[in-house]
Amino acid sequence: MTEQKQAAEHPAHPGQPIITFDKVNKWYGNNFHVLRDINLKVARGERIVICGPSGSGKSTLIRCINRLEEHQEGHIIVDGTELTDDVKAIEKIRKEVGMVFQQFNLFPHLTVLENLTLSPMWVGKMPKKDAEERAMTQLKRVRIAEQANKYPLQLSGGQQQRVAIARALCLTPKIMLFDEPTSALDPEMIKEVLDVMIELAKGGITMLCVTHEMGFAKAVANRVIFMDQGQIVEENDPHEFFNNPKSDRTKDFLSKILGH
Amino acid sequence: MSAVFQPIAARPAPVKLEGFVPWVRRNLLSNWRNTLTTVLAGALIIYWAPTIVNWLVLQAIFKPSAEACQAARGVGACWGVVAEKYRLIIFGRYPYEQQWRPEVATLLLLGMLIVSCMRAFWKPWLGAVWVAGLAAFFALMIGGVMGLEVVPTDRWGGLPLTIMLASLSIIFAFPLAILIALGRRSGLPAIRTFCVIYVELIRGVPLISVLFMASFMFPLFMPPGLSIDVLIRVLVGITLFAGAYMAEIVRGGLQAIPKGQIEAAQSLGLSYWQTQRKIVLPQALALVIPGIVNNFIGIFKDTSLVTIVSLYELTGALGLALNSDADWRPFKIEGYLFITAIYFVFCFSMSRYSLWIEKQVNVSKTR
Repeated sequence: MTEQKQAAEHPAHPGQPIITFDKVNKWYGNNFHVLRDINLKVARGERIVICGPSGSGKSTLIRCINRLEEHQEGHIIVDGTELTDDVKAIEKIRKEVGMVFQQFNLFPHLTVLENLTLSPMWVGKMPKKDAEERAMTQLKRVRIAEQANKYPLQLSGGQQQRVAIARALCLTPKIMLFDEPTSALDPEMIKEVLDVMIELAKGGITMLCVTHEMGFAKAVANRVIFMDQGQIVEENDPHEFFNNPKSDRTKDFLSKILGH
Repeated sequence: MSAVFQPIAARPAPVKLEGFVPWVRRNLLSNWRNTLTTVLAGALIIYWAPTIVNWLVLQAIFKPSAEACQAARGVGACWGVVAEKYRLIIFGRYPYEQQWRPEVATLLLLGMLIVSCMRAFWKPWLGAVWVAGLAAFFALMIGGVMGLEVVPTDRWGGLPLTIMLASLSIIFAFPLAILIALGRRSGLPAIRTFCVIYVELIRGVPLISVLFMASFMFPLFMPPGLSIDVLIRVLVGITLFAGAYMAEIVRGGLQAIPKGQIEAAQSLGLSYWQTQRKIVLPQALALVIPGIVNNFIGIFKDTSLVTIVSLYELTGALGLALNSDADWRPFKIEGYLFITAIYFVFCFSMSRYSLWIEKQVNVSKTR
């Protein structure tokens, strides 16, 4: 924890990067080249926002980090472990990486509490009582403790997404991945989820977030990455990125999403 | 904004919707077509009902007397055939003085089945109960222990055999079906191909030929001196057959689970088997309960086909009881009605159970 805090305070001198993409290429099928020569180093405690048009490969990029997608060329190293076909390595990395999905993907047949204790009990081999204690701590953190015994479908979208964040946090991950966490939400529910994410960012955890919430990017990101057609077109700190975009493609994209 | 308050007319009081008369009016006489159907159906019932009630009850012979039954032929049913032959129909060729053994054993089996149907008892110890219970069941049926006379399996018959064959093949076929269904979706080509071949091969032949092969052809390929009991061979045959059909039902359920569920489980670090057991199967099986129970009911009735290999379960035992007895042979239809009622009780219970358990596992979907 202290290590993470220090990293958060000195994002410019993070030491070893926690995630490294080295010339990563990925194809879907034989001809759709979804990631092209991705090089990316993420420092400990860094908070990165990834944006870009749909189909640009931004979701695929972060899904490669916990091996929901396989890459075909290049190397991805997460916290000192390279992602290969080695199941042990994948298991180790998945314990350190939490993920939040656009469609929440809560388990509808389990209560909120059971959703949260599942992984600590079965992956972390934690006794039920400890797992429940930890789950309640995380539920309080996302301000939804009173819903612990309900089923996911009995909650609103915003509540479900906060439960999903709490569930990912129950493994005490070093890295959190957010894949368009607010895109499936009603406008009035977006804020409650973003508030939780901002609070999380203050805690110093490494965050990669695919989102078009530019206010969120300005508020928490150390770096904004713009992707198009499988490539990282531009990366910069949020202030420069929004006020002084370098490439025309970025300017065009920003004018579309900020235009009204 | 100075609109004057204008009260709208009060709505009429609701029409009484409960009770017999409103029910009849709503369901039977709502328009002229329904009224006509009701009248026609009513006329048919009034025309036929006395004949049926007469035959079934009023003119029926209940005492086991062949002469009385002969006299009442065509007028009243002969339930005397059941009174006379029920031991043979229910227990088949099991030795007469020993028939308490299948009775106790079957009650034990039914007890375990009922307990296993309740969610409150879905605990690890249930498996141990089954092992012990089945050991007791076979000890009672076969004998040879605690001074019980040995009864070879070809003497088993009637309802105990039906229940035993149906419940054991269901119990073995269900997990088999799950494994085959998972196998058909496996990423390993060898496993996938094996499962596809198994399902297509078994589905491609009728149960009768599977039983026939299990009973008559299988022993030809066994080394001399080594033989497996025909009951076990038939049980394996029914299990493999039912497993193939059920596997396809389960696979349908597996396909209905969104990919996001599996991705979420993976991202939480769950292994393949943990994901299947904790996330995919509970949801998939809940979806296909109607299809699975449909299959269970089918298996229960399909056990009547084992007569082909000289195992006299309930249907076979009825033939056994009546075919060789010229006095009672004419009253086979009453015998069939009797076992029909038995089959119905079991199948209807399964269908009701299916509805109940569906509600139980779907609590999470109610808002």
